[in-house]
Amino acid sequence: MTATRTAYKWVGTRPVRHDGLDKVTGRARFGADFATAGMLHGAVLRSPHAHARIRSIDVSEALAVSGVKAIITGADLPELDDNQVEGGEGNATYRDLSRNILARDKVLYEGHAVAAVAATTLRVAEQAAQLIRVEYQVLAPVLTIEEAMADDAPLLHDDLFTSGLDSPPKEPSNIAARHVTSRGDPDAAWEEADLVVEREYFTKAVHQGYIEPHAVVAQIGEDGKGTVWGSSQGHFVIRTLTANVLGWDPGDMKFIPAEIGGGFGGKTTIYLEPLAALLSRRTGRPVKMVMTRHEVFRATGPTSGTWMKVKMGARKDGKLVAAQAWMAYEAGAFPGSPVGLGVMGIFACYDIPNVYLEGYDVVVNKPKVAAYRAPGAPMVGFAAESVIDELAEQLRIDPVEIRLRNAVAEGVRAVYGPKYRKIGLVETLETARDHPHYSAPLGPWQGRGVASGWWMNYGGETSATVNINSDGTAVVMSGCPDIGGSRASLAQMAAEELGIDVHRIEPVVADTHSIGYNDLTGGSRVTFAVGMAVVSAARELIEDMCSRAARMWDVPPEEVEWVEGRAQSVSGAFPPLTLEELAAGSARTGGPLSATNTVNPRGVGVAFSTQICDVEVDPETGRVTILRYTVAQDAGRAIHPDYVEGQMQGGVVQGIGWALNEEYIFDGDGVMENPGFLDYRMPVASDLPMIDTVIVEVPNPEHPYGVRGVGEVGIVPPLGAVANAVYAATGKRIQELPMSPVKVLEALSSG
Amino acid sequence: MKYQAPTSIEEAVALLSSDPGARVFAGATDLIPQFQGGRPEPSMLVDLKGVPQTGVLECQNGYWRVGAAVPAARLTSHRELVSAFPGLVEGTSLIGSDQIQGRATLGGNLCNASPAADSVPPLVALGATAVIVGAAGRRSVPVSEIVIGPGATSLHHAEFITEFRIPVPARGCSDAYERFIPRTEMDIAVVGAAARIRLDDQGRCRDATVVLGAVAPTVAEVSAAAEILRGRQLAEAPNCKAFWEELGEAAVASCNPIDDKRGTVQFRRRVAAVLARRTVATAARRAKEAI
Amino acid sequence: MSRTYVTCVVNGDPVDFLCHDYQTLLSALRDELGLTGTKEGCGTGDCGACSVILDGQLVCSCLVFAPEAEGRSIETIEGMAEGQHLHPLQESFLEGAAFQCGVCTPGFLIAAKALLDHNPTPTETEVRYGVAGNLCRCTGYDKIVRSVLDAAVRMREQDTRKETA
Repeated sequence: MTATRTAYKWVGTRPVRHDGLDKVTGRARFGADFATAGMLHGAVLRSPHAHARIRSIDVSEALAVSGVKAIITGADLPELDDNQVEGGEGNATYRDLSRNILARDKVLYEGHAVAAVAATTLRVAEQAAQLIRVEYQVLAPVLTIEEAMADDAPLLHDDLFTSGLDSPPKEPSNIAARHVTSRGDPDAAWEEADLVVEREYFTKAVHQGYIEPHAVVAQIGEDGKGTVWGSSQGHFVIRTLTANVLGWDPGDMKFIPAEIGGGFGGKTTIYLEPLAALLSRRTGRPVKMVMTRHEVFRATGPTSGTWMKVKMGARKDGKLVAAQAWMAYEAGAFPGSPVGLGVMGIFACYDIPNVYLEGYDVVVNKPKVAAYRAPGAPMVGFAAESVIDELAEQLRIDPVEIRLRNAVAEGVRAVYGPKYRKIGLVETLETARDHPHYSAPLGPWQGRGVASGWWMNYGGETSATVNINSDGTAVVMSGCPDIGGSRASLAQMAAEELGIDVHRIEPVVADTHSIGYNDLTGGSRVTFAVGMAVVSAARELIEDMCSRAARMWDVPPEEVEWVEGRAQSVSGAFPPLTLEELAAGSARTGGPLSATNTVNPRGVGVAFSTQICDVEVDPETGRVTILRYTVAQDAGRAIHPDYVEGQMQGGVVQGIGWALNEEYIFDGDGVMENPGFLDYRMPVASDLPMIDTVIVEVPNPEHPYGVRGVGEVGIVPPLGAVANAVYAATGKRIQELPMSPVKVLEALSSG
Repeated sequence: MKYQAPTSIEEAVALLSSDPGARVFAGATDLIPQFQGGRPEPSMLVDLKGVPQTGVLECQNGYWRVGAAVPAARLTSHRELVSAFPGLVEGTSLIGSDQIQGRATLGGNLCNASPAADSVPPLVALGATAVIVGAAGRRSVPVSEIVIGPGATSLHHAEFITEFRIPVPARGCSDAYERFIPRTEMDIAVVGAAARIRLDDQGRCRDATVVLGAVAPTVAEVSAAAEILRGRQLAEAPNCKAFWEELGEAAVASCNPIDDKRGTVQFRRRVAAVLARRTVATAARRAKEAI
Repeated sequence: MSRTYVTCVVNGDPVDFLCHDYQTLLSALRDELGLTGTKEGCGTGDCGACSVILDGQLVCSCLVFAPEAEGRSIETIEGMAEGQHLHPLQESFLEGAAFQCGVCTPGFLIAAKALLDHNPTPTETEVRYGVAGNLCRCTGYDKIVRSVLDAAVRMREQDTRKETA
């Protein structure tokens, strides 16, 4: 399929989204909004220690509490082998996933689940959980990458041997894996460089920060089959993970998706689902479990804290000749940080002939990391974009210009292997350079920074069905939860194909028993991949309708064409048949009008964003204020520009939070000190200006409408853009996030 | 946990006296998050908002009476109060979001006994007293003597504050409050600074009080401030670096801060100096307008 | 443990419910009255998803004890539209794409309504501070702020129309 048209009736417009009314009236039902008769409530007992051996668990006193119906611990889950979890966004083995859901012999972070209680009320469940006696042997926690990688570090896992080393290690360590990529000969190439800059960077663990805590209701019958309601980024994947952790068959459970209150990658895996399902199986009653915000911070998410060393060399003309990076990412309690994506992404914006990259996946006593919007990429963006900025400054080259001189374009081979197809990095850079923002005047203690970012989009297994109702309206079904307007964009593409009004189409997120398998709402994939399946299904339907018209008219099918919602005879010999007429008469022409399409697109392509940030710094307090922000992002083709802009703006603001104030803070024992929105400081409305957006459209040749994923790349540049702006305002390069007032003031008073 | 809503001081005191596990509340904006954070619930919760004396807001006999359970939103929208004590209202208006402002009270902000409470430095700077009732009757105590450490007050069990009394500002007198937080809203003060300045008709400082928050276990008065400021011409912001530095150093000398998740010792000291200067400048400007 | 009987007015209708004294107003609305449009994001007053208007005053319902509702009047998202007519804020949020996941939306709409009820002509800065107690992680607030400003214009126009009529 290729993009053949450029003028559209629905694609590129801004219709009111189909689920909008329910969401402005409070009728939309999110994860915690579901309840059913006879429902029990579940609560989780969590570890108060960051690192401890569990000597014993005694549930007898808790079980004796009136109203308590069942208690489960790690012993109630099957032992699983080291098979890699497929389909989820976080890397893990089933063995680790299971141990993250309920600890076995050891607890590995404060908040690690130890037992789950089902009782007639939440209060009884919570009180009973406190009566479970757990005897711990407290161990020294490992809280930083430096500590974890030290030779004499306490070990989280006695059986963890580093993979990817040149020779297999003899001793276990906290280093789960090493990833190496290289090309050319950087050691030799430094000679060619007129300027080499080498720096070290640190970032902290940050949370996805979705406003809706995890929530689920499970009802498993006496036959072991049942229904699970809940919000997630993909109920098919969540069902598979849940079933596998329990040793059940995925087909035994119907997962019904609730509306999801934000995910950003954090709801691509499971925490409560197997607990609720197993408690329901044990009690024969539906069980509801909802996390508190404290639990969300202590036991879900975050993404990795990192330690990075980056070296880049350029000629006088700004051309990069060599680059090398050493990256270590916190995986949390179990292996599986996104360091591999960091390795892929760190220099993905630039055409550099000589590169050496080395990444380490390191376990520490913190929650196991989960995917977070462009997993692994923002941190390396901070490092690489800071170094490029320094090169530009020292070489006296404009920061956008130096990026343009090195920008990847069609035909260039990416550091991670394939050749780029049609991409839009250069266009985003040119857009930024030509934007009035880039040349606007600045005042004292104000500064401007720019940064670019890369992200690789995902395709994934996808099913979609288009049904025509007897009145000529259509239902578009997919199995990907709508987190940010994808129902509308799918309906727009269907409307474009079918030639009917977008509001005569009802987009539906179907449950696991009503549509074929769908991968996650993740990897910026829904409008791209589900869109492809919807377009193909609609085209199949149109072909069917045209052939029905041909039979009615007794003409060859090629003499019928579909124009603006009607079958027309090419010759004009017959009055056109509208979709309504074809639908009303479908019983006589072969039965219901319905088409299903499945796809698993590969070679999806990549997305780029270039951003300009202005800040003002209060030299007396170190406070950084974002004054102005502009994003130029290649969307391929924006189906619903409002929601494309929304993705860009939302990603940027998450990145600003990461840059300025967000961080996990632990005390010396590894207890999280800020597990709430008061002290985990996400940006509030008064912290920000408007986020100006320019949608750059370099159509993706892989998609019928030229769509590129837009969800993730927006979060990649802000860390570097803000850091570069702070430098421009203060003359200080801050190499450690967050750039909180404390750190900025320290930097201002140094040297 | 039993909820009780007495409608008189006597009833409230009787309820509190009947149960050693009882505690009072007004806005609950600190209380409920503490329960969420795992603090044990009391056996009885006594809601003071129904006690009429806690809702008073009026000026009489040379002082303002501000009920301990009056929500912040009522104080910040009270035109005369804003004009009398702009700094106190500033501090009060910074207690949380608009949602919190609908519930939070001066009594609660004080008795929660956080070193970072935003309304306490201005109350202390203004020389406010708290009217306390209990089984033993009624007593008045300077606000500066209520909090004795983080989370601890000098109130006895079954005692509670009904109202604050704040002297009506003299001619040429005004106040200001500044705080530092990393975001623009929703944070707890990393440093707070209140100033009350009184100028004579020529614009010279007759009297001044500077009080810091979040830099010591309780609010900290900058004891040297009055001496530094007294007699100084403040009608125009003094363009004298040495003077401002001296004031800043005095503020730093009054600090006894800690390192915690919200800030470091060094940061708090430096910013205390900055905020002390800024809040004195603002209070002086306002005092000039009140001459 | 015995429960407390509470009577109050919710969205103009008299209602009653039984609650434990430890329950919050948020829990009473959601679990006892089935009004799940008001959301819980944190339970500590830091996210604003549970915003309701209590006797004309914007509050976090997670920071109000349920028995405190006795005799009071409460407005929730379910009562924001008048019959078949959406509130101008609901209209502008829909048309301005002011939400993505939508879970914070009820709280933003209630907080914005409280703001506009007190200040019909807010500046951008006033809107930003007016909704600073509401967290949104999806939008970066841009389209929310624009939509509140747009709703303010719509409401003024409505008022003008009413006056001329």
